Amino acid sequence: MFTYVTLIGNALLIVIRYMKKYIDDFKVIKNERLNYEYVILTLKHPDKLPEMLPGQFVEVRVDNGPNTFLRRPISIHDIDEQANTMKLLVQEIGEGTRLMGSLKEGDNCNLVYPLGNTFSLPEKPRVLLVGGGCGIAPLLFMGRHLKANGFEPQFLLGARSAEGLIALDAFKALGTVFTTTEDGSEGTKGYVIHHPVMRTQTPEIDMIYTCGPEAMMKVVAKYAKNHDIKCEVSLENHMACGFGACLCCVADTLDGHKCTCTDGPVFDSTYLKW
Amino acid sequence: MVDLTIDLNGLELKNPVMTASGTFGYGEEFMDFFDISCLGGVLVKGTTLEHREGNAYPRMAETPQGMLNAVGLQNKGVHYFAENIYPRIKDYDTHMLVNVSGSTIEDYIKTAEVVNDLDKIPGIELNISCPNVKEGGMAFGTSCPSAVAVVDAVRKVYKKHLMVKLSPNVTNIAEIGAAVEGAGADSISLINTLLGMAIDAKTRKPILSTITGGLSGPAVKPVALRMVWQVAQAVKVPIVGMGGIMNTTDAVEFMLAGASAIQVGTANFIDPCVTEKIVDGLSDYCQQHGFDKVSDLIGAMEV
Repeated sequence: MFTYVTLIGNALLIVIRYMKKYIDDFKVIKNERLNYEYVILTLKHPDKLPEMLPGQFVEVRVDNGPNTFLRRPISIHDIDEQANTMKLLVQEIGEGTRLMGSLKEGDNCNLVYPLGNTFSLPEKPRVLLVGGGCGIAPLLFMGRHLKANGFEPQFLLGARSAEGLIALDAFKALGTVFTTTEDGSEGTKGYVIHHPVMRTQTPEIDMIYTCGPEAMMKVVAKYAKNHDIKCEVSLENHMACGFGACLCCVADTLDGHKCTCTDGPVFDSTYLKW
Repeated sequence: MVDLTIDLNGLELKNPVMTASGTFGYGEEFMDFFDISCLGGVLVKGTTLEHREGNAYPRMAETPQGMLNAVGLQNKGVHYFAENIYPRIKDYDTHMLVNVSGSTIEDYIKTAEVVNDLDKIPGIELNISCPNVKEGGMAFGTSCPSAVAVVDAVRKVYKKHLMVKLSPNVTNIAEIGAAVEGAGADSISLINTLLGMAIDAKTRKPILSTITGGLSGPAVKPVALRMVWQVAQAVKVPIVGMGGIMNTTDAVEFMLAGASAIQVGTANFIDPCVTEKIVDGLSDYCQQHGFDKVSDLIGAMEV
């Protein structure tokens, strides 16, 4: 592994670590259904998991659908280095993800991994991780990473209703969890931006990490910019390859089109042309 | 031991397996997965005279047994390639060929001239068939006079192997094949993507920012096979066949239809190691079917 540094414009410094990519069959050891649209798959590596970092994703091969062809990019939800297992939070939104949701214990699951860049560690202590819908997936892994590095992460998680607020216990084990629901069935009523933690004029936050629907990330990024808070967003653009060959998943940045799969999925929010 | 070598009109290939432009980056992207020196050749990303940002996102739509793309030749231009990318890739132990595209004949000439000076690039693939650019690209490859004009002009300045990539979006592909052969092509590759489109019924909007895009993957294979066979009847120069090749059997079929070599494209996205498997698979196929040389498969379809 080596590290290279890119200077963007005059101010932003992006550190990209080169991490070797692999292609392997993992074994499904658990398929935990959370609700009607979410499952958590636990996948066991055939041998020893290589190092993977929060923010990175995997490309899952989906073979059996008449209308599915490409791999599906899925965020790494959590890693257990001792057990050599990886968790993927899957939202069944189409045929490919429904096939993933139907995987059973003992099935093989072929992954290209680990892909993409990673969230950076904050320079200051007060950290908020803001997630909506399936976008909470990489925030659990990042929360664990932050905790292991001496930070006390706070989470703000949003959903349409209480049923959509998933895996809360796992987040609560790492830090304070605030919630919002659009129908008010749990937590603050409204979107994440309506939560009191994001309404104060003098927020006690130094760094925000966010992943979720683009509209949500845009308002979070705007809030961060207005309050001079550093903000990293994780994009989930449509991809074909996942490793920089097809150039399909580009994001519009200050330096033009950049691949979400290799230059991202994590971007400093001020680097994006939002 | 099966002889996998192919003489592509003077360009000696280790084996018939190449990678299609725009699906394999500059080869570097795949080195974590396998050693690309096992390949017959690599067609690097479409290269133009000037930097191109490509089309707006979204640029891709998954379709049954295939995908549409509308990348639009995003690349940093041939001078950047020569100065920054070429030094990194020139010593790979396989033929690194540059796919050259342009908006005007002058663009093609200037780009080809720059690549001509790169010692370790033994050939170019002239892309007269990109469906995703507003000017040039496919427009050159869909009529005989314009195809001849661009191939003829590039032939005058480009001294090494000149492969010409044809568009399938034509009425009579054999005519175009014969025309570019007459204009000096050393080999002909086909097919580029088929013009297609996808609509999201939920939002009632096109999925691609450009509305139309290029279809690739197994969905196009029967069309590609037919076109390779038709062009093979019409020309003497070797043909490099592609279009939906996913495995060894597909590669064999293209050779039987008349291709001397093949390119694998979209399949690289699904199995980054697929080309290495096809190299081994071709050797196994020849052994099992009693061929000493893979070149004996070329045009060996028994009608």
